[in-house]
Amino acid sequence: MKFSILVNEGPYTHQASDTALQFTRAVLAKGHEVMRVFFYHDGVNVGSRLTVPPQDDRNLQKSWSDLAEEHKLDLVVCIAAAQRRGILDEGEAKRHGKGEGAANLAPGFRISGLGQLIEMGIESDRLVVFGD
Amino acid sequence: MLHTVNKSPFQTTTLQSCLRHTRKGDAVLLIEDGVLGALKGTDASGDIWGRRVEVAFYVLGPDADARGITKERMIDGINVIDYEGFVDLVAQHKTSQAWL
Repeated sequence: MKFSILVNEGPYTHQASDTALQFTRAVLAKGHEVMRVFFYHDGVNVGSRLTVPPQDDRNLQKSWSDLAEEHKLDLVVCIAAAQRRGILDEGEAKRHGKGEGAANLAPGFRISGLGQLIEMGIESDRLVVFGD
Repeated sequence: MLHTVNKSPFQTTTLQSCLRHTRKGDAVLLIEDGVLGALKGTDASGDIWGRRVEVAFYVLGPDADARGITKERMIDGINVIDYEGFVDLVAQHKTSQAWL
């Protein structure tokens, strides 16, 4: 079965991005397909490579990046939500004149638009929402 | 339909709103702070108890454990599941609604 996941809450807020991660792992463990994970609203903050949580705490950005690499997941960050919150890839950092090295989008994430959310809603068998 | 509730009924009215929209054959899964709704003998217990015949209730075990809510402290008839059980519930129901 084809699953898609929507994450609407930021990391270290309540629990939604943790639950979404655990749920996605379980979906993959059960042999289902994960078409896409879409990060919206404060959820885009999961995609910042600049987060440095304490060493004895979970690292949500790294956990998502590692899971994406292992399973070739499509992690999409909403462009409008990301720009408001200062999450930029190389292209966007350059376009907005933010200077060399300003890009902070974490490995395994890409920036795109709401069309990706609509598409996964249409093409997946199941869409599961996690948020605040 | 599967409904997920992630807020405590002692904090918001999310669980009550959810229960008002449930239909016969639906399932409700309590996750995150929503697991507090599974406690028996509270002001909120009656709402779940009143829907138990038509609706199946589930609690995400790891979230209940994290809050010290053991099976003995839960309303009778609530099923405790893990993340893989969560995935199965989503697969079994054509649609799912997250009550946030």
